[in-house]
Amino acid sequence: MRKVAVVGAGMTKFVRRALETPKELSFEATKAALDSCEMKLEDIECVAHGSAPDAFDGIHQKGEYLADGCGGWNKPTMRVFNGGATGVHAVCHGWYHVASGMFDTCLVVCEEKMSNAMPHAQGFFLTIFDHITERPLYPNLLWIFAMEMNRYMEAYGYTKEDMAIAGALIKNHALNHPAAQLTEKVTVEDILNSEPMAYPVYRLDVSPVSDGAVAVVLASEKVARRLTDKPVWIEGVGWNVDTSYWTNKDLYYPRYLEVAAKMAYDMAGIREPHKEINIAEPYDPFNYKALHHMEGLQLSPRGKTVELLRDGHFDLDGEIPMCPSGGLLGVGNPIAAAGTVKIAELFYQLRGEAGKRQVPGDPRLGVAHAWGDLMQASSVVVMGK
Amino acid sequence: MSGVEKVYGGTGLSASQVEDGSIFVEHDALDCEYTWDAGVAIGRYLQELKNGRIIGRECDECRRILVPPRMFCEICWRPNDRWVYVKDTGTVNTFSICYVNWDASRIEPGHPPHLPAVIELDGATKMIGIMHILGEVDPQAIKIGMKVKAVWKPEEERTGAITDIKYFKPY
Ligand SMILES: [Zn+2]
Repeated sequence: MRKVAVVGAGMTKFVRRALETPKELSFEATKAALDSCEMKLEDIECVAHGSAPDAFDGIHQKGEYLADGCGGWNKPTMRVFNGGATGVHAVCHGWYHVASGMFDTCLVVCEEKMSNAMPHAQGFFLTIFDHITERPLYPNLLWIFAMEMNRYMEAYGYTKEDMAIAGALIKNHALNHPAAQLTEKVTVEDILNSEPMAYPVYRLDVSPVSDGAVAVVLASEKVARRLTDKPVWIEGVGWNVDTSYWTNKDLYYPRYLEVAAKMAYDMAGIREPHKEINIAEPYDPFNYKALHHMEGLQLSPRGKTVELLRDGHFDLDGEIPMCPSGGLLGVGNPIAAAGTVKIAELFYQLRGEAGKRQVPGDPRLGVAHAWGDLMQASSVVVMGK
Repeated sequence: MSGVEKVYGGTGLSASQVEDGSIFVEHDALDCEYTWDAGVAIGRYLQELKNGRIIGRECDECRRILVPPRMFCEICWRPNDRWVYVKDTGTVNTFSICYVNWDASRIEPGHPPHLPAVIELDGATKMIGIMHILGEVDPQAIKIGMKVKAVWKPEEERTGAITDIKYFKPY
């Protein structure tokens, strides 16, 4: 397999409701990514794009609909879609287009417009549950997250305050992200005093609902070295899916993520990720999820994560800064695009271009993760310089 | 060049701009209808719920008793072996106290919260549970590990649905 680099990244602002259509958002992000590496669409050989359920937009075959905005006209273009895991998975998908030797350049574009769905995109999540054995109970997505959070906290004696500390840490990083939806500082007390939605989940334990798009440009080694002095290499990719019978397993630990992470670490030659990884972007739609995923990513021992968190281990200047981007919790959560923000963040961080969010100490290796479906799917990308 | 300190595309709108007609929108309400076949395994599961019993499938290779039942084991990936009744009692594996309806609207003032739970069923393998709701319980008194029992609809009201169990209550 050939070496593949990320050579450019671009995104739209993340907002609660965007004026722009999904196609227009995709165009904005794609144009920004190409401009960032001074490339033109004619330099791009193929397009890998991602977007989550068609039902959010009410537009079926959304892949083909979005392709025009993604620069897909008259090119080999293919959409991937595995719920929340899409944003990082689309980069795995783009990676094998180039690693295989079939293409020298690939645009990866992820877009989501959550605001089209009325009155709230949440209603569409009803249809991810089993249509015969679960849906008649009228579940919502908060149920399943709340139950996983409860199980996770119970397993190790973690508290709601512990989870809120993680949430405040991540959200406040977003104040330094120019595309972020969150613009005001959030304290641990704010989170603990927010509206109870589905105990143990309170309103500020959750990421905001967002519209937005992100794009990155991938290139083979030969092309990357011609384009930039600072290519950021995709060192490893991994993905995995667990059973859809989510009530038949213990939710306290994401074993499928461990498998996906090991696949990526093996490819990257990483034996001790907790010692070798300098930056982590675990998927964080809820604050507990970031910690849960740090354990799954083998970056924190099970049950010791809160201790490390409270010791500053995951701060911007800690051993493994966690979600320096500001994450889904702060930058926002346009489902598929939210994962790709994490890829863009590693690109900026490893080039030393993350501005006020810059992780000190010349970070060399980072991991980005996205997660989705019924507590079930994970995709992982390791990036290095 | 880099993406830092650049101008970002994407224009935020306020809810009022959508409502007051100052931007153009198109509205549609899709009305999607389906009739789903329950299939071999879930068909029998529903029949037994109508009978007031919970049934699973046993796999001789991994020795798991699976609920909801399926005709093949997804781990061993082979046809599994036999029908097994499990009890209608179990243990709360996890739960939530939910003040939000399925469509994100808030529950009516005075309406009790939704109480979803994963219930590990007695007679099934450890960690094999189903999602259902709890009832006849003070929400603040619910604990992981609590023993619960199914409360069934009267026989004549059962239709062969997961809702033939009204809820699980502590016992
Ligand atoms: Zn088996």
